[in-house]
Amino acid sequence: MHAEAALGRSLAGFGLIVLALVVAAFAKDAGFAAHAVIVGIVGLAIAISGATRFDPVGAARKALNMPELASRYDDDPVRWGVIATMFWGIAGLAAGLFIALQLAFPVLNFEPYLNFGRLRPLHTSAVIFAFGGNALIATSFYVVQRTCRARLALPGVARFVFWGYQLFIVLAATGYLLGVTQSREYAEPEWYVDLWLTIVWVAYAAVFIGTILKRSEPHIYVANWFYLAFIITIAMLHIVNNLAMPVSLLGAKSYSAFAGVQDALTQWWYGHNAVGFFLTAGFLAMMYYFVPKQAERPVYSYRLSIIHFWSLIFLYIWAGPHHLHYTALPDWAQTLGMVFSIILWMPSWGGMINGLMTLNGAWDKIRTDPIIRMMVMALAFYGMSTFEGPMLSIKAVNSLSHYTDWTIGHVHSGALGWNGLITFACVYYLVPRLWKRERMYSLRLINTHFWLATIGIVFYAASMWVAGVMQGLMWREYSPDGYLVWSFADTVDAMFPMFVARAFGGLLYISGAIVMTYNVWMTIAGKLRDEKPMTDAAYDPEADRPITTTTAVPAE
Amino acid sequence: MAEKRIDEPTGTETVGHEWDGIEELDTPMPRWWVYTFYATIVWAIGFVIAYPAIPGLKQASEGMLGWSSRGQLAEEMSAADRARLSVREALAVMPIERLPADPGLMAQAVAGGAAAFKVNCVQCHGSGAAGSQTLGYANLNDDDWLWGGDLQSIEYTITNGVRQADHPGSRTGAMPSFAGAFSGKQLDDLASYVLSLSGKGEANASGAQIFSENCALCHGPTGEGSRALGAPRLNDAIWLRGGTREDIIAQVTNPKLGAMPAWGERLDAVTIKMLAAYVHSLGGGEDTPTPVAPAAAEPAAPDPDTPTPAE
Repeated sequence: MHAEAALGRSLAGFGLIVLALVVAAFAKDAGFAAHAVIVGIVGLAIAISGATRFDPVGAARKALNMPELASRYDDDPVRWGVIATMFWGIAGLAAGLFIALQLAFPVLNFEPYLNFGRLRPLHTSAVIFAFGGNALIATSFYVVQRTCRARLALPGVARFVFWGYQLFIVLAATGYLLGVTQSREYAEPEWYVDLWLTIVWVAYAAVFIGTILKRSEPHIYVANWFYLAFIITIAMLHIVNNLAMPVSLLGAKSYSAFAGVQDALTQWWYGHNAVGFFLTAGFLAMMYYFVPKQAERPVYSYRLSIIHFWSLIFLYIWAGPHHLHYTALPDWAQTLGMVFSIILWMPSWGGMINGLMTLNGAWDKIRTDPIIRMMVMALAFYGMSTFEGPMLSIKAVNSLSHYTDWTIGHVHSGALGWNGLITFACVYYLVPRLWKRERMYSLRLINTHFWLATIGIVFYAASMWVAGVMQGLMWREYSPDGYLVWSFADTVDAMFPMFVARAFGGLLYISGAIVMTYNVWMTIAGKLRDEKPMTDAAYDPEADRPITTTTAVPAE
Repeated sequence: MAEKRIDEPTGTETVGHEWDGIEELDTPMPRWWVYTFYATIVWAIGFVIAYPAIPGLKQASEGMLGWSSRGQLAEEMSAADRARLSVREALAVMPIERLPADPGLMAQAVAGGAAAFKVNCVQCHGSGAAGSQTLGYANLNDDDWLWGGDLQSIEYTITNGVRQADHPGSRTGAMPSFAGAFSGKQLDDLASYVLSLSGKGEANASGAQIFSENCALCHGPTGEGSRALGAPRLNDAIWLRGGTREDIIAQVTNPKLGAMPAWGERLDAVTIKMLAAYVHSLGGGEDTPTPVAPAAAEPAAPDPDTPTPAE
């Protein structure tokens, strides 16, 4: 590092420490002070890395066996992203397993920091934004370079995006445990964390769009349309939904710019499109690059990709009101939310068709390639949840399903099945290429992971479907005398076996992710497992003929 | 950029683009996909015409079917109300102490009370009405009553609540704190004496003296309690806040007093009658203490046309 740069860096770090200490000293509440201290620790790390020869990032790069930047593409942020995806994935799944156990065994609520109310947003944010977000940022940096045949624009900003995003995650997660929340589902971080994410996100958009602008390909590949839609729409959703007035510039608390049913609608416009543009459009972008690459087949239909992209983008944004059926939201808005959700069915399935049919001509790979197998299962779950979603948006169905665990089952068949499996498959694709290895340490362990995850999802989704339908039916059951039959606690009691089955499904799923972590770790360490290849289906030419006997064959 | 070519396994032409080795086929969109997409759009147009959907400056379109979610709710609620109307009307004019004389109506009242209990009471008293010794919520399944266990007393307690400062008719009674009044030895003796009332501890002169000087006024000379003051009975095996020595000493030195909302402010009189009948039926219900004087007019057959106060 040059002397001036090092000096500048240590001064910046020192400035950050002083600012953080002043803010911590005058903070109006403990949560804000704690966050100032975390920022101060970041400042300390920056100051130390500038003032001494110690380079923590460089040391970590060595420890993680990252190859030097000799390749044509700038893959360092992608490598960091893959590591972060795995780390936050395990953290988010562990939090999920723990809160599933809390629901079955309430004694596991440790007040106040580890109660269900604080851990639940920790789980959702960790899996959606930390695990999913890191996967999206990492794969988008990987895909955009290759499909544009250009190195990443603004490499310094790209690194800021990665580390800035991790700081956002840490501030959000610690905030939840300390009770700092604005109580908006999937948008719990308070105003100052939101502002920080806005800065990081604009930087992310600059890197991504900058790379597209300097592309050497004439056209923009479909995966990049989806990444662009994801980046731009999330920016819009995040900013509008989080418009709020802080009580004090030195305190965590803020009040939303909206009130009453307008606030609820804004929240679910955001919440539904976090599903639509984060978990659907963004992950479809991953699918559109990694499935054809892994299958080594052309994309099934260019025309379908255009039509389903634009119809998906246009329709998703209107579907949010279906989260507010039978509430104070006016009937007309509920109707439109439901109608747009139903029309959304086919545009959603367009992505599934294009993904699955890309295997046309390579279907045998489902048998021989565990990564393809994982991708196919991901697309199957994508198709199932994007059918279930429009179905649940129908008011008559919703009157049974709403507020029950059916919703939880629906979300997890999408999150575990679609987002989880497609991310795992992409990481399995990426790791050997990013670390310049011949293949993953073990293909058979990928297969183990596939089955653990699949059986885990089946346990999870099936138990929640049963629990949800049962709960909905119990809530509305009238006795012949005309009185409600069950109390709320009766339904909770009846759901206990399903809660245990759900936690067991979660245990299987996280076990698969731990197997994966080991596999990734050994691959990075440069090891190859000595194992039988996956393509060992026996072929016996002698047996490959019809049975010829003298006995009479019964009529067909 | 690649040239257009025929993809061998599918026999389909490619579009001619190529990115990092990925090509795209020029497959037409699946017909079933397109037609299902069209069908959902056609259905949506019809639905939007039939139901409230188009926002205007002052109000939204009402839809050809005239449906509204409030209308649907009102319809379902009034259908449910109609189903229960005859029972509610009969209950409205029936004084609660006469209810046992009409077993059919009593059974209906208990069924309605069980449902109302699940909505309003289980939060404290538990779904089995067993209460909680830790939190001091009374068990309603036994025959030990703080404020009386006949139908009228239960109805009064539910209607007016317990220790509601802003509700004049509320049941009320207080236990003073004896913190610092007795030595540890004296507290121990007192606890032993209180336990001896139900045959569990050692009766002793010191404890008996403290009890008669300080406690007997409310809890009675033999610990039989007082329903007028809500002073719990101490000579049985049923304890509101636990029956260990420590529980008793804690309640003497740092007494905790229970409270219950005055449900008359939130529920109608018929629902409260039903709740009283249900609680009475749980196992410990007592007969009305004084025989009811024969009524001048026979109230048993209510006139269905008479509007009832509950409606």
